[in-house]
Amino acid sequence: MSEREVLLDVRNLKKYFKVHQGILHAVDDVSLTISKGRTLGLVGESGCGKSTLGRLVIGLLEATAGEVFFKGSNVFALDEKGKSGFRRDAQIVFQDPFSSLNPRMSVFQLIAEPLLINRVCRGRREVGARVMELMDTVGLAERLVTSFPHELDGGRRQRIGVARALALNPDFIVLDEPVSALDVCIQAQILNLLGDLKKEYGYTYLFISHNLSVVRYVSDEVAVMYLGQVVERSGNRVLFQDPLHPYTQALLSAVPTVDLDREKKRVILEGDVPSPVDPPPGCRFAPRCVRRGERCTLESPLLSEVKPGHFAACHFA
Amino acid sequence: MDAAPVSAPLLDIRDLFVRFRTDAGVVHAVNGLNLSLRRGKSLGFVGETGAGKTTAALAALQLIQSPPGEMTGEIFFEGQDVMKMTEPEKRALRGGKIAMIFQDPMSSLNPIMTVEEQIMEMVSLHSAGAGARERAREMLTLVGIRPERGKDYPHQLSGGMRQRVGIAIALACEPSLLIADEPTTALDVTIQAQVIDLIKKLQSEVRTSLLLITHDLGVVAEICDEVAIMYAGRLVEAADLRKLYKKPLHPYTQGLFDAVPRLDADPDEKLAVISGLTPDPTDLPKGCSFSPRCPNVRDLCRERSCGMREHEPGHFVDCHFPMQDRNAANRGDGQ
Repeated sequence: MSEREVLLDVRNLKKYFKVHQGILHAVDDVSLTISKGRTLGLVGESGCGKSTLGRLVIGLLEATAGEVFFKGSNVFALDEKGKSGFRRDAQIVFQDPFSSLNPRMSVFQLIAEPLLINRVCRGRREVGARVMELMDTVGLAERLVTSFPHELDGGRRQRIGVARALALNPDFIVLDEPVSALDVCIQAQILNLLGDLKKEYGYTYLFISHNLSVVRYVSDEVAVMYLGQVVERSGNRVLFQDPLHPYTQALLSAVPTVDLDREKKRVILEGDVPSPVDPPPGCRFAPRCVRRGERCTLESPLLSEVKPGHFAACHFA
Repeated sequence: MDAAPVSAPLLDIRDLFVRFRTDAGVVHAVNGLNLSLRRGKSLGFVGETGAGKTTAALAALQLIQSPPGEMTGEIFFEGQDVMKMTEPEKRALRGGKIAMIFQDPMSSLNPIMTVEEQIMEMVSLHSAGAGARERAREMLTLVGIRPERGKDYPHQLSGGMRQRVGIAIALACEPSLLIADEPTTALDVTIQAQVIDLIKKLQSEVRTSLLLITHDLGVVAEICDEVAIMYAGRLVEAADLRKLYKKPLHPYTQGLFDAVPRLDADPDEKLAVISGLTPDPTDLPKGCSFSPRCPNVRDLCRERSCGMREHEPGHFVDCHFPMQDRNAANRGDGQ
């Protein structure tokens, strides 16, 4: 299964922010790999550091410590030329298609912008042809080329975001909650589009979402984050059928489903996600955990391979 | 629709139209809505953005500003037509008999008042005399917040706690109807589970009727007894929860179910998508408003809509050609 070439290799990545109250551990020692042509779904609740991680791996934020290898070379050690190549190869689609597009630019200008900045097209005609091609790829009608974002619905706006990300023929795309702002019907359209694009062009995705059903639908592998750390990681099917970490179990049981007959064991977590500012030693999940033991508050569990290909960070997994 | 006094509905909306005059034309937000909710029941009011769900709820509270809004139709609450109420009567209704919880607990709370004061404000508006502070503390305890936290301002609370405060304010005067407008949409899934649990618990304890506005069919399945599906300002299907989830009759309802990615589905299968977009409310299509997107559309549908009818006992649908008994097995129809 894992004979594939590793495209992205994240090792012990950390991002701390200095805030008024102390040090905020947004991403705390995260390691993961994504193979070429695969989708890693990154799930977690607000504030768990998943978007920060997404920004770190494509170089939008500078890491506090750790390394990111892309196609075998250390991204943080690239020279200027290597960096601009990496920025072409690794793209991002943002959550909110309302605020991530410049309201004063037309669809044409928005999609042409990355082409012009990187000077990948020769002459106006080539830019025009490429914009049209991209619009076709993401399913935007040609007549919309002169429209402005405010004239379009959320789904179409998100298609512009996707077209911009695809413009430079990247290998790797971070999708940061790409469907969270959309209605279910539009969400389904965008998810299908992303799936088709992956099949056709072999893109590698890091798909960030708080929605487990969506992640289940798009991912090959899944990593679950809690307070800056990956607490569980495995193949898609395994994680949803046999979650090992108590947080993953609670998260899965909390998803409201439309299946009336499915027997559900509800695990309702008490309290809120604690603050990531100066976290205490021990397991970050311990204060809310149903299986908490004495060891958990003293010793932080490491992410270890509990079953082949299935990693969990829990003393009792 | 017969008015047997015993089972007279708590809320009965009849033939409601709400329009807004704007520069871009007349926005037809609600178009002939009929909806009734019986005492003690909880109704899930489902639809996509712009379907008119919130507008209908605001109409029930007489909170549609006019101009630009215009309302016609009848809205009976406890047998009284709220459209004909005087302004003081309406004020007593809002928050007193009918309370509302809003989607975004951050923007619906007053940032410069402590949460305790905000609950007290509601209590003293609707009942005379002392005891408001005690009542506020009682309410906080009821929704699972330690009463000491009442001295906190909204920004000091987490999203889940803010929504609990919203619920405490809404229930402080023991309303007979609680309208919850996407109460969990802004919350994380584990916090959403807590709030759903709380709403269910309170509903059985306080015996308030609930109108739950949401786009999430999963949340409705957790809380509601009955479901009404709204599309382009009118109902397309209504039934009790089990009937509708087991056997959706309207192609739009079916499309909504198919578009939701499911935890137990085969991830290699493509999601079924309703083609096109919800219609422009300033320019609704002729005939059935779903006809331009409907997979089963026929000529008749483009000419006139069917009107709501009882297809099976207790299962209402507005469609000339309702869905047949399709893959009932798909929905886990074991026994």
